[in-house]
Amino acid sequence: MAEPMVVVDDLHVVYRVYGSGSDKGTAATALLRMVKRQQRPSIREVHAIRGMSFVAYRGDAVGVIGRNGSGKSTLLRAIAGLLPAEQGMVFTLGHAALLGVNAALLENLTGEKNVILGCLAMGMSPQTVKERYQSIVDFSGVGDFINLAMKTYSTGMGSRLRFAIASAKSQDILLVDEALATGDAEFRVKSHRRIDELRAQAGTVFLVAHNLGEIEETCNKVIWLEKGRIVQAGENVPEIIDAYLAATGGEPRVREPK
Amino acid sequence: MTNRGRLSAPGELTGPDSRSVPGELTGPGSLGGPGGPPDNGGPAGRGSAGAAVLAAEPAEVYLAGDAIPAGELLSDYARRHNLEPASARPPVLKYLRMLWQRRQFITGFATASNMAMYSEARLGQLWQVLTPLLNAGVYFLIFGVLLGINRGVPGYIPFLVTGIFVFNFTQRACITSSTVMRQNLPLIRALPFPRGCLPLGYVVIELQQLLLSFAVLFVIILSYGEPITGYWLLIFPILALQTLFNVGCAFILARWGSGFDDVSQLLPFIIRTWMYASGVIFSIQTTLALIPGKVLYNHPSLAYLLQVNPAAVYITLIRNALLTDQRTSMPGYHQYNALRCAMYGDPAKYHISSAVFSSKVIYFSSYCHPVVSVPALWWYAAGWAVLTAVAGFFFFWWAETRYGRG
Repeated sequence: MAEPMVVVDDLHVVYRVYGSGSDKGTAATALLRMVKRQQRPSIREVHAIRGMSFVAYRGDAVGVIGRNGSGKSTLLRAIAGLLPAEQGMVFTLGHAALLGVNAALLENLTGEKNVILGCLAMGMSPQTVKERYQSIVDFSGVGDFINLAMKTYSTGMGSRLRFAIASAKSQDILLVDEALATGDAEFRVKSHRRIDELRAQAGTVFLVAHNLGEIEETCNKVIWLEKGRIVQAGENVPEIIDAYLAATGGEPRVREPK
Repeated sequence: MTNRGRLSAPGELTGPDSRSVPGELTGPGSLGGPGGPPDNGGPAGRGSAGAAVLAAEPAEVYLAGDAIPAGELLSDYARRHNLEPASARPPVLKYLRMLWQRRQFITGFATASNMAMYSEARLGQLWQVLTPLLNAGVYFLIFGVLLGINRGVPGYIPFLVTGIFVFNFTQRACITSSTVMRQNLPLIRALPFPRGCLPLGYVVIELQQLLLSFAVLFVIILSYGEPITGYWLLIFPILALQTLFNVGCAFILARWGSGFDDVSQLLPFIIRTWMYASGVIFSIQTTLALIPGKVLYNHPSLAYLLQVNPAAVYITLIRNALLTDQRTSMPGYHQYNALRCAMYGDPAKYHISSAVFSSKVIYFSSYCHPVVSVPALWWYAAGWAVLTAVAGFFFFWWAETRYGRG
């Protein structure tokens, strides 16, 4: 029987956004508020995930699709344990590692330092890091840039290196949030192979992508989100993608008959 | 825990018919609920009003197939398969073990950050030495050359520079760690590791810088004719205790600063006040406490509070270890002598010329009663270090799962 790796139980996530009003919080007003124990007047709540439940099993690659702001990234962050739930809970077997598109890990440091420190932070021993260093760098394909500060990297190079680091340790659960979108064709092939490997090592992969072809090729299950809720989810990946495309007014995908 | 709805085949709820009206697509639970929910201004905008009830209805369980026995709660199902809450805080001992296991990361992170700090300056790593040197130079210029006063303290310039360097260690550890969680958000969001590594790493960065600035300090005080004595060895236990204290401060400020920017905005003001209250520029042991008419002379309990504040404790102990003038003019160094103590406090009354005062009588503060004795200072040094480190650790650990949100 399939072993569950991620159980999302009636999850609600609410963001509290500060500083949307005119109050910018000078030192004096901040002190006054701390003394009076007042909340900031300009807190706005954004209810990003509005109740969803699903289960992902060992070996699943789950694609998450939906329009901008539908809660895809929030869901991944919640699974990674980075966002506390307002209600409900996320259960995982082992730790989930999240890969996003934004800035570098330690952008002032060289790629080399990022690889070494990233691996140490994940709890590898210095010996293991030394052994795996070359394969990580080779996989990332950043070449000579490994000796330059990571802030000098192009978006694609940065995300390649980050993917290489995070996938160096066999994670139980890997959450990929558009991190592959900026890679070139060669890297996509490589990263797909790596995701397949991770699945084969009996991990679970979540993939957020607007490139629906990528989802269709990589994932065996798909979840379609809309306004923080699941619209459809299942193993019939092409059907759900077609339904999503029709609903959002996209062109239907052209598939070659198998 | 909420009840789970009955299972259904994946995708059963919404057929292809619903595809035509994207705004109206219904997930389970969007039926809304009673109670007039507040519109929380969800990103979706139109159509979201009325749907934002937290406990409206248990959500449909997707992708589960028929794996979950009917009637079993989803949370029970998860626990039965040994799944754990995604944002669970590890127990204290395990957390400490995790931190210890990451020690190479902590030191590596500190060293690399230190190296990268001046990578865009033409003088590069030279700034590591130039910064403390210039820092001391500014104070020398203002207090040594322009004002030219001793403020009742023998060997004023070494006294001042030592105080500044020691205080700077705690000051920088506090200020940098108040922004550590927000500055390293990408790292926190990308990789799983105990977050306590980051404030610890920042303290190590400051410790490395302190060692360099102490090299500068040694050159300065040696050039003022200070002999190297066995007392110098005392700086190791003192700095170790101060580091422990800084770790505690870093933990506390890292958590406070993780949510809002307000803390790091306010902190410089607090720290500057703290600096003046800790006797970096004036002596709170002698000048301010022994001279009749000064505030601390009139309020001994205030003098006591200032002298046992952690920054003052570490500064005083380091000064006494490194500087002979400070050690021998410390109240309580000699047996109490009422006349000599009074001569220090009010030289005009005894018609002491300023030349005699600054060469001899300025040391007579050592004949006064100390407000806080040197052994007591050591107890305070250890107490502050342990108390702050333990409290800071628990305070930081308590919110372990909350870092990185936003």
